[in-house]
Amino acid sequence: MITAPFDYETPETLDEAVRMLHENGEDAKLLAGGHSLLPLMKLRLAAPTLLVDLRLVPGLHHIQRENGSWRIGALARHADLQDTPELGVASAAAKQIADQQVRNRGTIGGSLAHGDPASDLPAVLVALEGEVSAQGRNGLRTIPAGELFQDYLTTALAHDEVITEVRLPATDGWGYGYEKFTRRAEDWAMVGVCALVKKGADGSCEDVRVGLTNMGSTPLRATAAEQALRGGSLDGDSIASAAEHAAEGTDPPGDLNATPDYKRHLARVLTRRALVAAAQA
Amino acid sequence: MGATVRICVTVNGERRESEVEARTLLVYWLREELGLTGTHVGCDTTNCGACTVHMNGESVKSCTVLAAQADGAEVTTIEGLAPEGGLHPLQDAFWEKHGLQCGFCTPGMIMAAADLLQRNPNPTDDEIRHGLEGNLCRCTGYHNIVKAVKAAAANEVPA
Repeated sequence: MITAPFDYETPETLDEAVRMLHENGEDAKLLAGGHSLLPLMKLRLAAPTLLVDLRLVPGLHHIQRENGSWRIGALARHADLQDTPELGVASAAAKQIADQQVRNRGTIGGSLAHGDPASDLPAVLVALEGEVSAQGRNGLRTIPAGELFQDYLTTALAHDEVITEVRLPATDGWGYGYEKFTRRAEDWAMVGVCALVKKGADGSCEDVRVGLTNMGSTPLRATAAEQALRGGSLDGDSIASAAEHAAEGTDPPGDLNATPDYKRHLARVLTRRALVAAAQA
Repeated sequence: MGATVRICVTVNGERRESEVEARTLLVYWLREELGLTGTHVGCDTTNCGACTVHMNGESVKSCTVLAAQADGAEVTTIEGLAPEGGLHPLQDAFWEKHGLQCGFCTPGMIMAAADLLQRNPNPTDDEIRHGLEGNLCRCTGYHNIVKAVKAAAANEVPA
């Protein structure tokens, strides 16, 4: 399959990239690893007339710890996250994205900017309450995870804004689990669950976060399940009963693989499994 | 016809320069312009892995990479995996363990397995199956492919 024709530019600075996006309007698209965009273009679901490839722009590949948080360049690939286990749940989730070939190309910035609720990293960003930096014509701004994802494939980014960096709080002292259910190994998640648990000195649940992949038009937090567990015991029964609330307030669309009811069932089961994993750590 | 792009890619150790249409996918450039037809087009949708080649030493699906994105990169295809006239240990192992039937998936399977062994030189059966989840085989049921990768990892096959 061949995409519709397009022009192709390789800016060497961020400013140049932003200017190209701005001058060419909505028909210009940013290209990072291309593993969300190129498949859409091959199916002609997208037909941008200009691709602005970021590959020559320096300074977007880092993964570094700075005090209490991780700074991850937008062009860091899923494989780079996979190879940095110190990142915790972000690394564990990245390792479960598609297959190695895709992880060798796909980037964190590209995945977040694409805004597919079935992708794994958006729910991780939301669960961790991370943030992204975006460079636009008027400079750099910070977008918190809770504001980034607005609807299906729709983010708060303007068409001429470029994600430059993702920041995730370090989760020292938290246990974590990422559980994903797919029909075939390399598929998108039918449902995925990112769970983090911070144990108190007495072994109880001091704090908890649960992020949901593919349970709506954006990644979601399972706040009812979090509330049910926070401050209580972390034994199997408490986790199981908290996980029963995982699908509350969600309205997952049915698709080829799963009805909304089945997705809600998966959310409860996977939340329990992810919380058990997180509580064991 | 869209814009054209001048690219320079080192393919199997040889510098290749070309003027390509921007939308040219790496796999078609390798096959149709360079005649390297060992890299196959299977699904053309990033699923099957038949088009797997190495770009800067790591496996990629060349149906989902623009030739333009490979500008300046080093690309290795199945034709360039082994030294001239010889076979790579994985190629020997696939032969020895009968890791193929029709052979269509084999070039991609071997390129993916080579990346897997770079990342994990001594994988378990389970790690091999997971490591190759981006490559589909419709003949073998994977069993002999796993045996072949394991044999190559253990240097069981005389190279």
